[in-house]
Amino acid sequence: MPSEPGFDALTADHVLEFPGGYTRTTGPVIGRFLTELRDGRLMGVRTAEGRTLVPPLEYDPATGEPVTDEWVEVGPAGTVTASAWVRQPLEGHPLDRPFAWAMIKLDGADTSLVHAVDADNPKALPPGTRVRPVWRATRTGHISDISHFAPEVTKIVSPIRTAYKLTASPSLTRFLEGVRDGVFIGCRCGVCDKVYVPYRLSCPECGNPITGEVTLPDTGTITTFAINNLPDPRAPEVPFVSAYILLDGADIPMIALVGGIPAHEVRQGMRVRAEWVPESERTLSMSNIKWFTPTGEPDVEL
Amino acid sequence: MRDVAVVAFAQTRHTAHDTGLAEPELILPVIRAVREQSGLSTFGFTCSGSCDYLAGAPFSFVSALDALGAWPPISESHVEMDGAWALYEAWVRLQHGDVDSALVYGFGKSSLGDLRTIMTLQLDPYYLEPLGLDQLSFAALQASALGADRKALDEIARRSRTDGLGNPNALHLPLEEGEFVVEPLKEWDIAPITDGAAAVVLAAGDLARRICARPAYIRGIAHRIEPHYLGMRELSRSASAADAARAAGVGKGPVDVAELHASFSHEEIILREALELPSSTVINPSGGPLAANPVMATGLIRIGEAAQRIMDGSAGRTVGHAAGGPCLQHNLVTVMEAG
Repeated sequence: MPSEPGFDALTADHVLEFPGGYTRTTGPVIGRFLTELRDGRLMGVRTAEGRTLVPPLEYDPATGEPVTDEWVEVGPAGTVTASAWVRQPLEGHPLDRPFAWAMIKLDGADTSLVHAVDADNPKALPPGTRVRPVWRATRTGHISDISHFAPEVTKIVSPIRTAYKLTASPSLTRFLEGVRDGVFIGCRCGVCDKVYVPYRLSCPECGNPITGEVTLPDTGTITTFAINNLPDPRAPEVPFVSAYILLDGADIPMIALVGGIPAHEVRQGMRVRAEWVPESERTLSMSNIKWFTPTGEPDVEL
Repeated sequence: MRDVAVVAFAQTRHTAHDTGLAEPELILPVIRAVREQSGLSTFGFTCSGSCDYLAGAPFSFVSALDALGAWPPISESHVEMDGAWALYEAWVRLQHGDVDSALVYGFGKSSLGDLRTIMTLQLDPYYLEPLGLDQLSFAALQASALGADRKALDEIARRSRTDGLGNPNALHLPLEEGEFVVEPLKEWDIAPITDGAAAVVLAAGDLARRICARPAYIRGIAHRIEPHYLGMRELSRSASAADAARAAGVGKGPVDVAELHASFSHEEIILREALELPSSTVINPSGGPLAANPVMATGLIRIGEAAQRIMDGSAGRTVGHAAGGPCLQHNLVTVMEAG
């Protein structure tokens, strides 16, 4: 029996085809539309009731009456009323990459044209999207003289890149010298007694000149943090955590990476210590500190 | 109008692949089954529905007659449409009053070619077919025009496949949504490729009562069509299904069961609204086309399944619906009642 498993069926390929294609006459109405299309014009035909049919038909589908001989140019732009996204185009489709089918109401038409739209993604063609035809270079009087439609231009991409040379200020240079030597150099305001890190020349709170340098330890407490899921050239891995770290003895926190711990385990109040790169690799740069890692001490109440 | 009823119904155990049965071999068991159920060996009229493009052979329906035994000559007709329209023709023929019985069958093997692109050939040859607009693409356009809620579509697809698991004739498909094929349609929103056949016997007047304890009387049957070109219609509704339902009298009484020829999840939403079916009506308890879609028999099976509920006493008033053309262009609605 044919349906039994293991049955070794005889099969053959069979193709139904009209070699060279099937010839059809167009009649006066469709013929006029296709002729205008070959000239790069989109035309609609008026019905007795005054509606404009695009594509034109010989008879008004609403009434069955013959259409009039009044023709009007429509489009070329139109509005998408519905669309369907083809993930894998078939051989006979107008485009060989993912695209959308759409119902397009051309400007001036009362009906919608079905055609393909070259869109970036399935969400690129919400109802209301404006599209325009992309014409084929050689036209023959065929619905595919319009290769496809494309969304109207609503945005452009502008590449921007400017280059600068930055020179470290005297105070930053002093701080980076400390970082090169494996210490954090901060400063104390002689008037209000606040301790700042990095080193600076004036007190941001009271505005008085800084009087003294302070060397701070490389341990501190996380006051707040953010988990970043986008790659950054300054971070060794994704996700990474950037945190405000209040160094012991400082009155304001500084921003640094936190590592050596899964991102979701980082918490406020966590005690951390700077992890320095080997002495031989140190330069006048913050990259001397790979990141801060937990010390294992109990959390601190902030 | 003459009382005409469905008195016998049979369908194949549909398959998702070609079992190698030739068309007469596919039809033979269902013809034999309805002959046995009805006790009739000959019929006043015979009508079938099929589509030559499925097999890619002209007049393939003629060889299918071998399954009937057409000698001495029989009165026979064929529609290049779903078998539901063959049933309509047979119903009209029985209204003439000179014959009392009719055999109706529909069959199709969708597995032989690529149904998705074979269906492109039914489209208008000037504006749509040259674009290569395929069956899943135009259906997805309609789903998009409807703006159907994904949750509602999933519910329909899951329910259909679940009911299909309980139907020995349907395909037994996994309860998985699958990938997007043409968005917004996912795999389980799409009727499966299916080979199969179905047959129905119609009988008029006294003959119906003699043959069948509970004939499913056709109290209304009508079909309506709307413009072909998708851009000339409001795709989110089915005006032709609504007109056919009104003409068939769907709303004249409660509907226990409706078998709808929805080949895509969103079509059920459109049809339910067009036929104004309340939530109390059970839709496609057989699993419907989403669980088995032997093209050209699928619509006839809807009428057969709806009739079966009356014949087996589980329902009093049912609706069978069939559709043809792109995006529910053509709709046929049959209302059946016991007694």
